[in-house]
Amino acid sequence: MAIIEAQSLTYKYPNSQKPALQNINLKVEKGEFVVISGPSGCGKTTLCRCFNGLIPHFYGGELQGEIRVNGLNVKEVSTAKLATQVGLVFQNPENQLFSLTVERDVAFGLENLGLPPQEIRRRVDWALNLVGLSGLKDKPPFELSGGQQQKAAIACVLAMQPPIMVFDEPTSFLDPLSAREIFNIIAELHAKLDLTVIVVEHRLEFLTAHASRLIFMDEGKIVLDGKPREVLKEASESFSGKIGIPKVALLHRRLTLQGISLGSTSLTVDELAEPLRRMLHP
Amino acid sequence: MILMEDVWFRYEDGTEALRGVTLQIEDNSALAVMGKSGSGKTTLIKHLNGLLKPVKGRVLVDGMDTREATVAQLSRKVGLVFQNPDHQLFAETVEEEIAFPLKNFGFPPEEIEKRVDWALNLLDLADYRHDSPLSLSGGEKKRVAIASVVAWKPKYLVLDEPTLGQDYGRKLELKRLFEKLRREGHSIIMVTHDVEFAAECKFKVALLVDGQILALGPAEEILSATELLKKASLTAPQLVELFQRLEVKPPVFEVEEAERFILKLAGKAQP
Repeated sequence: MAIIEAQSLTYKYPNSQKPALQNINLKVEKGEFVVISGPSGCGKTTLCRCFNGLIPHFYGGELQGEIRVNGLNVKEVSTAKLATQVGLVFQNPENQLFSLTVERDVAFGLENLGLPPQEIRRRVDWALNLVGLSGLKDKPPFELSGGQQQKAAIACVLAMQPPIMVFDEPTSFLDPLSAREIFNIIAELHAKLDLTVIVVEHRLEFLTAHASRLIFMDEGKIVLDGKPREVLKEASESFSGKIGIPKVALLHRRLTLQGISLGSTSLTVDELAEPLRRMLHP
Repeated sequence: MILMEDVWFRYEDGTEALRGVTLQIEDNSALAVMGKSGSGKTTLIKHLNGLLKPVKGRVLVDGMDTREATVAQLSRKVGLVFQNPDHQLFAETVEEEIAFPLKNFGFPPEEIEKRVDWALNLLDLADYRHDSPLSLSGGEKKRVAIASVVAWKPKYLVLDEPTLGQDYGRKLELKRLFEKLRREGHSIIMVTHDVEFAAECKFKVALLVDGQILALGPAEEILSATELLKKASLTAPQLVELFQRLEVKPPVFEVEEAERFILKLAGKAQP
């Protein structure tokens, strides 16, 4: 059974003329690693807000069609209930952290669930360990670097142990090395735990190699959906001015058009470097 | 010209954010200040319009010592766009947001109207002029923040992470905006860790590490110096990495250029 299933989903924010989502049909199977990309305003964040019920329960507006998350009908179930299914990590970790120590931030959501203290302690340690922050648990979050803050924010969500984790542009505030670290952590969590992962992201260079599926949205619609390699190939043909297609994928396409045979679309520098090296230094 | 001479800055908690920065920003130039979070990038640009004053050394903006000038005087010349637009935006409508600083600077009403229209069009915001800035997406808010500063045409436009939350199309537009402003004689100083964008803009690059300038030079030189980049928690642009893997020089930033280069090499490589 699909863990997320949207049928003919159309949504308009209050006081807005144009729908932010137009007739979205989407099935995400349990355990998938989905990356959603597309230009600003394409509806990708809006779609994520439907997964945990912020739409329609918090934002209001007009939601047509059906959306089910782990069997629950989003329109009928409270956000509190949906929060146990879908953990959301935001763009800016500063908006998610507020306690005096990292540990207390991670414990906060669990205390709200009314879990017994030993269980809270166990889960806090578990989550901090998974993101590699155990050594910093007594630090105030505002003293951490941006990358560490984002790891703390991930731990907060992880501790709730939702079956689905959604990351909304988790690295846009981070420098490239920290961004790579966050993507690696997400990939590790996906591999180790029984998680369904959805990442909304512009920065595709380091992420697509981890994903099992890549979706491009434009003007509230899903325009491309499939295996990252195939989607990037199509996108580099038809969307290259709109979406930041990784440069190696673009170069791969241009060289292929020139009759150089390089195999399927490269997702990483290494994947393109290898056939090129063989060609240039036989 | 802006001149930073051996600038030191210490926050109240004792953090030494700048440790002897010397930097010259010429008229009509373009500079990218790069480095990891906490390296002092934002502290550095806050010195350019006098929001922060050096504890040692001095900053001269067109000869004016920032310790002796007010932020209001300096702002006229140095416009700063903050990283988080939520810290900057407050007006009821996008239009008012852009008009506000112009009123403060005492521009006449018809000039304000003209400049608001100009800035709205320049940043593709005309459709939102009557909307609340807070109802906009992150990328749109950023554009409003930029428009509200660009509107008073400061000689030096300083931006903290301008590409944050912007998609590729918007980044291209931003690059064109920078080119346009430079043609009109403005200088652009941006803080960024977007290496691909910095490479495409071909700004001069200053690498900041622990409050000191580790390297300063053309983008081609700095963004291909792998060891230096690592110290600044940056990675080289993809094509630079690719060419290094292929042991091919010089580094290239553009896909078209890379294509030409490889085709040429391939021609030679064939028996």
